[in-house]
Amino acid sequence: MPLTERPAVEARDLRRTFRTKQGVLRPTRKTVEAVKGVSFEIAPGELFGLLGPNGAGKTTTIKMLITLLIPTSGSASVLGHDVVADVREVRRRIGYVFGGDRGLYERLSGLDNLRYFSELYGVPPREQKARIGSLLELVGLTGREGERVEGYSRGMRQRLHIARGLLHDPDVFFLDEPSIGIDPVGARELRATIAGLREQGKTVLLTTHYMFEADELCDRIAVIRSGEIVAEGTPGELKGLVSAGRVLEVETYGVADGVVETSRTLGGVRSVVVEDRGQVQVLVVSCEPGAEVTQAVLGQLGDTRVGRVSHRDPTLEDAYVELVTR
Amino acid sequence: MNRLRQQVVCFWLQLKILLFSPFEGFLAVVFPLMFATAALLVYQVNGDPAAMLYAGIGAAAMGIWTSQTVSATTLVQRERRAGTLELVVAAPTPFSLVLLPITFAMATIGLYSVVATILWDRWLFDIALHVANWPLFVLSILMATVTIALFGFLLSVTAVRYRTSWALGAALEYPGWLLCGFVVPLDLLPAVLRPLSWALAPTWAVEGMRAAAAGESPWSDLAICGAVGLVYAALAAWLGVRLITAARRDATLALT
Repeated sequence: MPLTERPAVEARDLRRTFRTKQGVLRPTRKTVEAVKGVSFEIAPGELFGLLGPNGAGKTTTIKMLITLLIPTSGSASVLGHDVVADVREVRRRIGYVFGGDRGLYERLSGLDNLRYFSELYGVPPREQKARIGSLLELVGLTGREGERVEGYSRGMRQRLHIARGLLHDPDVFFLDEPSIGIDPVGARELRATIAGLREQGKTVLLTTHYMFEADELCDRIAVIRSGEIVAEGTPGELKGLVSAGRVLEVETYGVADGVVETSRTLGGVRSVVVEDRGQVQVLVVSCEPGAEVTQAVLGQLGDTRVGRVSHRDPTLEDAYVELVTR
Repeated sequence: MNRLRQQVVCFWLQLKILLFSPFEGFLAVVFPLMFATAALLVYQVNGDPAAMLYAGIGAAAMGIWTSQTVSATTLVQRERRAGTLELVVAAPTPFSLVLLPITFAMATIGLYSVVATILWDRWLFDIALHVANWPLFVLSILMATVTIALFGFLLSVTAVRYRTSWALGAALEYPGWLLCGFVVPLDLLPAVLRPLSWALAPTWAVEGMRAAAAGESPWSDLAICGAVGLVYAALAAWLGVRLITAARRDATLALT
């Protein structure tokens, strides 16, 4: 999407290579190209999603943008400040939150954690008390701030993380899978908090595995696969990539080895994945418009016990699956 | 002024973290006393009160050295395990100023060991500490604490890239006792090791403590001690920037 104003975040042909060494006496060196020329722009106030499977390069891209990793080549800037040359200026203006249990001092209370990071992030002493109070209110931890973090639930920790990331009122916010491992109620509250950030005019880069989350929150999405961006657009545009087709779902009780691979070779089939849903495994087959593949797919299943067979319209998740399994 | 406040608040919160750990607290309380006991039992064989005083003062400084070298080299690993290392590195505050209050919090725990060891010496071995000049003796203890903290600061900065940095602390602990002359006179060590002893600020601090106790002037020892401590601080600040840049380049910050 061409932007008329200066982008809040800009990545230009970003690349990052990791070198690993194994063995002492006869060391073997391996080079892994985690990010292979990623380019995108995020407009001020935009909520931009970066989607991709594990190991696709999402976190590496974020870490380059927040100055924790130096790009092997390419360039990136945040609010016009280069992430390699103007490290301190970038750090002053960004907030970073990642998912999971870590990133807090367990033996300190929630309040002391916020006080500590307020000092490190340069929140003026006079503003600290009011700022911490309002953030605790925002993330729903008022009244629990005096308790040690080691007693917090995962959802409470994640909300404390959000408060920590917002302490210095950053203009750009990086959220790396913030809802991972949170229960549905906690995840809903978190989504409401993230939506609130956009309403405040913050620029947000969000990575997530949950398609409904990206669909609900993001203005634009980039799908990253094996270190490269394979599609970019609004959630509607991405759905449009597969909306001309249909999705066949076949409930099975144990898919035999090789069925997915052979089904992918059938005419009219775009992608095939298996999803575990409780007791059953569901074969999700994305089809070309007009293609009738039901009998052919059932034929591939052989003696496998089959349950319900249904068709539906594609979702953002189908678009995502097709993009990352091509 | 804000920077000073930042350092004080961070020091206090880090001290809270250290004090709230029952296991580390137990080690901090018991270890210095055990080391002092072992050293004094060896010296007691001769029945020389002067030698006991020599060992008593050295054993007091040993506690700070032990708590500081071991904990400073595990400091970064602790932050890494907690998942806070990347967050503190990504903060606008220079990394060296993040580590400084943490090392001083650790040194404060070490300061306890000095007091505890002196009381232990008195209670268990009946060593009465005859100090000719108490103010200078206390100043020497504080110099030992501060300069050992600065040495720990240097170690923690140096260890930022390596996940097995704790091994460095363990490797330095016992040689440090000998090289700093805590319980063995430096004259007994091979001459080739002398420069190493001179490069360690605690060597001069403990000499200052002994001089103050004996009524001699500790100022020259303390001056050298302070100068060596400043070199540690300058070197740590210089290395801090370079090693963090190297860690960002080689992706070693998040190693768990």
